[in-house]
Amino acid sequence: MQDVPEIQRRILAFCGFGFRLPFLRGNASEAPHVQVEHRTSPRPFTREPDMPLVLTLASRNLFQDRLRFAATLTGIVFSVVLVMVQLGLYAGFGRMVTTMIDHASADLWVVAKGTTSFEDLSLLDANLEKRLTAIRDVASVDPVVIGFSNWRLPGGAMTPVFVVASDFRQNDLLPWNIVAGKVDDLKQRGTIAADKTYFQRLGVSGLGASVEIRGYPAKIVAVTEGIRSFTTTPYIFADLASARAYTGLPPASVSHFIVRLKPGADRDRLKQDIQSAISGVEVLTPQEFANRSRSFWLFGTGAGAALFAGALLGVIVGTIIVAQTLYSSTKDHLYEFATLRAIGCAKSYIYRVILYQAVLNAVIGYTIAAAVGLIVVALTATSALPIVISKNLIGGIFLLTLVMCVVSALAAIGRTIRMDPVMVLSR
Amino acid sequence: MSEALVTATGVTSVLGTGAAQVRALNNVSLSLNGGELVVLMGPSGSGKTTLLSVLGCMLTPTEGNVHICGLSTAGADAEELAAIRRRFIGFVFQSYHLFPTLTAAENIQLALDVRKQRGRKARARTAEVLKTVGLNHKARAFPRELSGGEQQRVAIARAIVAEPAIILADEPTAALDGTNGQAVMKILASVARVPHRAVLVVTHDTRLTNFADRVLYIEDGRITGEERPRSKIGLEELPANPLRA
Ligand SMILES: Nc1ncnc2c1ncn2[C@@H]1O[C@H](COP(=O)(O)OP(=O)(O)OP(=O)(O)O)[C@@H](O)[C@H]1O
Ligand SMILES: [Mg+2]
Repeated sequence: MQDVPEIQRRILAFCGFGFRLPFLRGNASEAPHVQVEHRTSPRPFTREPDMPLVLTLASRNLFQDRLRFAATLTGIVFSVVLVMVQLGLYAGFGRMVTTMIDHASADLWVVAKGTTSFEDLSLLDANLEKRLTAIRDVASVDPVVIGFSNWRLPGGAMTPVFVVASDFRQNDLLPWNIVAGKVDDLKQRGTIAADKTYFQRLGVSGLGASVEIRGYPAKIVAVTEGIRSFTTTPYIFADLASARAYTGLPPASVSHFIVRLKPGADRDRLKQDIQSAISGVEVLTPQEFANRSRSFWLFGTGAGAALFAGALLGVIVGTIIVAQTLYSSTKDHLYEFATLRAIGCAKSYIYRVILYQAVLNAVIGYTIAAAVGLIVVALTATSALPIVISKNLIGGIFLLTLVMCVVSALAAIGRTIRMDPVMVLSR
Repeated sequence: MSEALVTATGVTSVLGTGAAQVRALNNVSLSLNGGELVVLMGPSGSGKTTLLSVLGCMLTPTEGNVHICGLSTAGADAEELAAIRRRFIGFVFQSYHLFPTLTAAENIQLALDVRKQRGRKARARTAEVLKTVGLNHKARAFPRELSGGEQQRVAIARAIVAEPAIILADEPTAALDGTNGQAVMKILASVARVPHRAVLVVTHDTRLTNFADRVLYIEDGRITGEERPRSKIGLEELPANPLRA
């Protein structure tokens, strides 16, 4: 056996892949004019001369059985849309729960120890403001007051609102998307900003409406659009003094502090300095605070887990449907795969045919699903919980679809591994 | 006649298990030489297909050795056997086994594609072989649009397109009428007119023996006889392109 390579070489040269059948001599091997003839041939004999044959075979196998192909696509579209909606809701929810943090101009947040989210009602001592201001590199320290309150409806009934207040002179946490009125007017005592979406619920007509919050008068001087709350309790913006009245928070307490740095200061160092100077508080970067809020609302409440479970279910159902149809297709074409094997193709060639089928399924199914997804996104854009599909999510879901389809191909590939090519001779 | 392209020595093949166990081949030795067409005849169940499977590296014998173009197949795994088939062997099956979703030309090209021969050259070669089997006008036809004889000619084209040293055909004419069967045998006989190629045809049809250089008889898994037909059709009687004469 040790001189096999030598034999191989000799035999290859001897059997020669180069020799022609005698009755073919003088045909295509006399190249120049034959090539031209081939190029100008009006009827190329393969339909897609430039498409790899494996891909041709895969696509024909796939499209040949229309019913099965339709079933596969339905499965993929169902599963991908489900995944898209669940993850889009997750993204939308994730964005909504950090909306206040994202719109605040904080360099650092100082919050009560163990605060779970922006909406956490834990309190800080208002006197900390002086101590914080004294720390080197701190440019400004501004309190934020939040809290639930009761809004008096025209009929006299009460409905809950969530008050958000900061020092409006510092532009710490101003309402955004103003569609009527002026933010500047909020500096006056007893003025508020409310979102248009909730006007009906709050029983007001719009700008200039005078209402009563926890017995105190309030006048709408600014109207926002799209500041929606994931808790369904409307956000009301007010100045600090009014907010204390509305929420009943005593002057000795604040909810959070927004800290801004002096230009050129090192944020991480300052964070540590504050942390070591003041006990009983936590110092968070906006990113950390957002992450903490998100993980509390999404995972602390189980909402995120439910959304992920839905997405996972979609992936599982999709994988099973695609696996099932690919497997049955492969079984139907088993004699062809065995023939391929009999004529000496490598295993990888067969895998390629099946994987191409899986990828074609994925690409076509995903394209349809993405179109459906875009419609869903458009339809929910103005709803209480919009589905947010970012570029990353679009890319991620495409990869997920690909992985799903490729994993689905494993059963079919397994079937061809167990196949014995000798079967083609027994039929 | 040149040297042996296929040699089998003491090949025994036991198939099935338990009570259903059958000694399909019993100590078979033979060789196929370059430039010859050998016809293998025998009653049903005598082991013809089993022998073809062993010679074609599709079935590993229970005992004995097979050499293909000097390479021993002993100890080769499935992938290595496939590589040997790819390199040296072309198959023609009784039921053609064409790919129904591929055109005649694509079916043929597939045999080049699995050998990584692609592009314009492969297409030109495919066109050439289609012409050889007289089907250049059917290049774009799908198998279901072809007659049985035409399908088998496409299958032969697929077997020869990569110019393998050995062509193995299992009852290639069984599903065809007399005329088509003769036409197919003529092509196979032409194919064997190359000093470095051997063709083995398994058949029941005694009328086909006059295409053979040698006829081997098999019974109960043993080679029981060998003869060289007197009335063999001479080279001059085989036109360059038998199907267009
Ligand atoms: N996979 C198998 N398991 C068990 N026995 C088998 C198997 N394949 C073939 N046999 C047996 O081996 C013997 C030879 O079979 P083989 O197919 O080689 O015959 P054959 O000469 O080709 O017959 P035919 O002319 O009918 O095609 C038969 O008795 C058959 O029943
Ligand atoms: Mg048989």
